[in-house]
Amino acid sequence: MRIASKGITKEFIRSSKGTNRLVAVAPADLEIAEGKLTLLMGRSGSGKSTLLNMLAGLLTPTSGTLTYDGSDIYAMNDDALSLFRCEHIGVIPQGQTAVHSLNVLENICLSYMIYPGNESREAVRSRAETLMKKLGIAELENAMPSELSGGELRRMAIARAMIREPDIIFADEPTCDLDDENTLIVLDILKEAAQSGTSVFMVTHEKDAENFADISLEMSSGTLSES
Amino acid sequence: MKLTESLSFRNVKGRPARSAVLLILTVIMTAAVVCGIMTVSSLRAGLGALEARLGADIMVVPASAVSKKNFENIVLQGSMGYFYMDSSYYDKVAEREGIEKVSPQLFLASASAGCCSVPLQIIGYDPETDFTVSPWIKKSAGGTLGDYDVVVGNDLSVFVGGTITFYGVECKVAAKLDKTGTDLDTAVYTNMNTIKKLIASSIEMGMNDFRDIDPDHSVSCILIKVADGYPVDEVLNDLNLHVRRTKSFRTKDMISGVSDSLSGVSVMIGVLMCAVIILGIVILFLAFTMSVNERKKEFAVLRITGASRKKLSGIVMSEALIIALSGGVIGTAVALLIMLPFNGIIEESIGLPFLMPDALMIAVMCAAALAVSAACGAAAAAYSARRISRIDTGVILRGDN
Repeated sequence: MRIASKGITKEFIRSSKGTNRLVAVAPADLEIAEGKLTLLMGRSGSGKSTLLNMLAGLLTPTSGTLTYDGSDIYAMNDDALSLFRCEHIGVIPQGQTAVHSLNVLENICLSYMIYPGNESREAVRSRAETLMKKLGIAELENAMPSELSGGELRRMAIARAMIREPDIIFADEPTCDLDDENTLIVLDILKEAAQSGTSVFMVTHEKDAENFADISLEMSSGTLSES
Repeated sequence: MKLTESLSFRNVKGRPARSAVLLILTVIMTAAVVCGIMTVSSLRAGLGALEARLGADIMVVPASAVSKKNFENIVLQGSMGYFYMDSSYYDKVAEREGIEKVSPQLFLASASAGCCSVPLQIIGYDPETDFTVSPWIKKSAGGTLGDYDVVVGNDLSVFVGGTITFYGVECKVAAKLDKTGTDLDTAVYTNMNTIKKLIASSIEMGMNDFRDIDPDHSVSCILIKVADGYPVDEVLNDLNLHVRRTKSFRTKDMISGVSDSLSGVSVMIGVLMCAVIILGIVILFLAFTMSVNERKKEFAVLRITGASRKKLSGIVMSEALIIALSGGVIGTAVALLIMLPFNGIIEESIGLPFLMPDALMIAVMCAAALAVSAACGAAAAAYSARRISRIDTGVILRGDN
């Protein structure tokens, strides 16, 4: 899937009177390469996550267009965009995210609870089990999120983003707070996903991640550049 | 698997303490609504039954009876008590202008001693002239009463065809009346011949406060139906002026006291019900607002996995409805468990005619209470549902929300 942004920007209003505007992302033209792991690095507050959220269809840009295979996704209505996100985009958000009333397996299969699709339950379950095994959380299938460590929660979020075999995975600091061993596991999995044809767009501070990246970008004060 | 159903249910189950508190609140709210509606409805039905059974425009009683304690309840609701005047007053009343129908009644209270099966009010009526109690006695007994036949109130535990003894006189139970919600439910009706025998027997046994009366020439009250074209007030004034040593009352005025009390009680119950509902909605509103605030990040996760804004609202609304309807069902059951077995105690403590609605009406009231409970839940959660449907997922995921 060809993903391209043209002049997308994001401004936030800082004061209640609307006089103080923060330009989080300056006009950015970007094309995400298919089947590649694209790395976006930069200092905290440089606008990396904001750009990622806009690219993932989660944050409406102030201006500019974002197209997936030529279709402007922000021109879609909410129902259509939500379905599109469910079927084509996987997001690994920052921090520890889970639906606390569901167990690990249910959290991983959450998108099928929203849109069941045509796949059989058995097929979905089998794919979830394969992912859990790969990520080293197979034995946690029935555990509740409150029983997991930070690393386990992160790996659960990765499996959740990958369960539907999306066209692109957006990962926002996926290795943040993980130990070296878990960091390597996560980077390996994302690299493997890219090699199997899924585009991966990763925001990170992790210097070691550059070894896994096909393309590296840098962001500084809201401005995107190739590194 | 539908997300809005299963996830909402799991969210309710997954937060037992919060759900239990909200459930208890909706139980209290629904129980209060059901009890309130049933009480007001029972009071109105009781008053309606009382009005329907009085039938007379004017009641004439001995002037001395007015000072008797509980006088109005004796003549209106069948409470225990008796008084007499000479039957010549019946002729004097009947002679007055503007009177269409006139019929006497005789009262006697049975004693708690061994001479009587049970202490209660005995009301004698004249089947030939009566125009108030005959229709519903005819409905229950299937005809007029013979000598020593009695028709008993609904609350008396005697069987039709059985016997009941008053002052040593055995009477046959011919029928049981429908419930009235008044002391008439524990009263007994019989014809004039029988009650005269019972009064005579009570005097013989020295158990009647009026030892010098002649039962054959006595009446307790005279019921009057005013002829068409005559204003009731004019006939009333005429009777009070010309039939001395008696006191005439307009029955509607006598009921108005009961009606006023009923209005007061109804308003009080209505205010209490509204207060409970408003308090319930406010607490539910705060609980849902806090809960949605706490779970913003969870909703953001749902959003990134493809939930639309409508689905997010649906989850919040479903959670509210699950709690409101479960609380509504339990609350209704609690209310029925209070109202059905204890309506006698409630009737006694309120001191007003109290007639419970029939099963169909109770079912309608319960359904209405459930609808109120669901509406309260929906109203309380509507703001949170609207707010969560407008979350900016990117902003929530970006920050420390």
